[in-house]
Amino acid sequence: MSPLSTLTPLTVKKPSPARNRLRGGARYAPTLATVGLFIAMFAVGAGMYPSFLSGQVFLNLFIDNTFLIVLAVGMTFVILTGGIDLSVGAVVALSMMVSATLLQQGWNPGAVIVLVLLIGGGLGLLMGLIIQYFDIQPFIVTLAGMFLARGLCYVISLDSIPVTEAFFTGMAQAQIPLPGDLFVSPGVLLALGIVAVAFFVLHHTRFGRTVYAIGGNEHSAMLMGLPVKATKILVYALSGLCSAIAGILFSFYSLSGYSLAAQGMELDAIAAVVIGGTLLTGGTGYVLGSVVGVLVLGIVQTFIAYDGTLSSWWTKIVIGGLLLVFILLQRLFARKAG
Amino acid sequence: MKSLLKHRLAWPVIALAALLLLNQVFRPDFMSLRMQDGHLYGSLIDIMRNGAPTILIALGMTLVIATRGIDLSVGAVVAIAGAASCAYIAGSPDPGSPVTAATAVLIAVVAGLALGVWNGFLVSTIGVQPIIATLVLMTAGRGVAQLITGGQIVSVSNDSYKSIGAGYLFTLPISILITAAVFALAAVLTRRTALGTLIEAVGINPVASRLAGLRARNIIWIVYVFSAICAAIAGLMISSNVTAADANNAGLYIEMDAILAVVIGGTSLAGGRYTLVGTVVGAFIIQTLTTTVYTLGIPPEVTLVFKALVVITVCLLQAPKARNLLSRFKAAPKPAAKEAAKEKVAI
Repeated sequence: MSPLSTLTPLTVKKPSPARNRLRGGARYAPTLATVGLFIAMFAVGAGMYPSFLSGQVFLNLFIDNTFLIVLAVGMTFVILTGGIDLSVGAVVALSMMVSATLLQQGWNPGAVIVLVLLIGGGLGLLMGLIIQYFDIQPFIVTLAGMFLARGLCYVISLDSIPVTEAFFTGMAQAQIPLPGDLFVSPGVLLALGIVAVAFFVLHHTRFGRTVYAIGGNEHSAMLMGLPVKATKILVYALSGLCSAIAGILFSFYSLSGYSLAAQGMELDAIAAVVIGGTLLTGGTGYVLGSVVGVLVLGIVQTFIAYDGTLSSWWTKIVIGGLLLVFILLQRLFARKAG
Repeated sequence: MKSLLKHRLAWPVIALAALLLLNQVFRPDFMSLRMQDGHLYGSLIDIMRNGAPTILIALGMTLVIATRGIDLSVGAVVAIAGAASCAYIAGSPDPGSPVTAATAVLIAVVAGLALGVWNGFLVSTIGVQPIIATLVLMTAGRGVAQLITGGQIVSVSNDSYKSIGAGYLFTLPISILITAAVFALAAVLTRRTALGTLIEAVGINPVASRLAGLRARNIIWIVYVFSAICAAIAGLMISSNVTAADANNAGLYIEMDAILAVVIGGTSLAGGRYTLVGTVVGAFIIQTLTTTVYTLGIPPEVTLVFKALVVITVCLLQAPKARNLLSRFKAAPKPAAKEAAKEKVAI
């Protein structure tokens, strides 16, 4: 990753404070709305169920959604460039299948993880190359990628494969104690580490600024002499890599590989990114917003689990409703800003 | 010959012919049709019958894509339509009567209409990007379908209802006839009236078409409603074929198949010019592909990999950049041939 090493300090002239405040306000608004929604939901939950208001319930949101956080990070990059990646769920399943099968055959877990990351990143790179060099819509290319990855899962095995390898089970059971009788899983630290790296890359590197520039106006970005081609390809490779990492995290979580796993997870990832305030037209959004988006999805599920009388399909309806509200909000802000 | 090859339908038709030929080679009785109990039977009929829902949805999708849109919610509409009609039949006092079946069909179509109006409202009036606007219904729709069925698989026993997806009329499966009728209707409405031109105008340049005095908003509304009604009818076919509504799996991934059919058929996702015939050919390619996998004795689990490879190949063949590359490739030997000729002259 050369863009990481070629760090350049920000030399852009600062816009006037007044203009900055206005634009900044409109820009942060969707993400702030998400944060507000999350806090409100947590407060309502605490009001309804006394046990809701505990640090562990909050941390469980992370523990149960590590893979989704990582997926949303990769998806944020792709959506910021104005693209979309429909293959992520299938790549998660493929990563789980490959690791479960190879571990069963006695492979070294380190080697398995490296191989899975290579497969995920390679698949993403391939899709990026096709999108860039043949000028085919990301939608269709990643759809074919989804079929390919899901099909490879079926080829590997139609049955669920358990993971009994020591390192993976160790990671599944490990708890990192925090002060106040709380704990998180190692996966949470990994996911948050990835978020931190993504935040740094997006906001403090040339690569990150190019991602925003492409989403803002690809043609202008090209005329400015930015490495548009390479960045667009890299973004898909990055998303593939994130999907592979999410697959490993999901393996830690579920300790199995199943070809039908993670079905529809691409929708959850896209929903998290949109709810987190990233515009699907590209150019505007924050990776931290996507993380809050994942937490909102998580809290919806927690709510339904706590209630007990609500059926699981309410999750889908509520997520669809939230998606709608945030899309309408985005339209409102876009109109005001425009 | 060259001009024939340049026709936009040439490649899809060649691909379909090649697939059919491949089947014929491996199973000599593939093309044969036989009459049994007054019904036509044969692999070709099977392909058409199994492909009917996909074709229907792909027809609606073609018009949506022609306006530069996309409808991801069709799978969810399939599930909702099936769930609504089956739940009505199961709950009605006379579950076996044709009147109940007719009411159920009406309920499904009205549900489709309402969902299409919803999508059209989000896209045309609110101005949400089509992919996101329909994503809302795609996510929530399956939940709504499960809500209607109460999370159960609702099975019904109504002969009139069953005939929609599994019955025969004039020796042909009724689902094929319905699909043919919708195709004819869409073709006449869009090619014999100005509607088709208007749809293309909106797809090529929405702003310009609006400035030209065209009510782009209404056109967009019409295509989403049409797409959702097509999906609702497909939902009726799918649920009636198995006489049950499965909110989870009915029409799962059918939006993907439909979009692929449209793209393979030669309609560009960028909007504008579209071809309904191409879409039907594309849908047949997808359905034949599935059949081919069985004919060739490839394990069914490889189907998806096979499909992915075919999709990528077809898309690459249609991509202008790939075509330019190919034509350069073809052009390259020419100078070599000239040189060879020169050499001959020299000798």
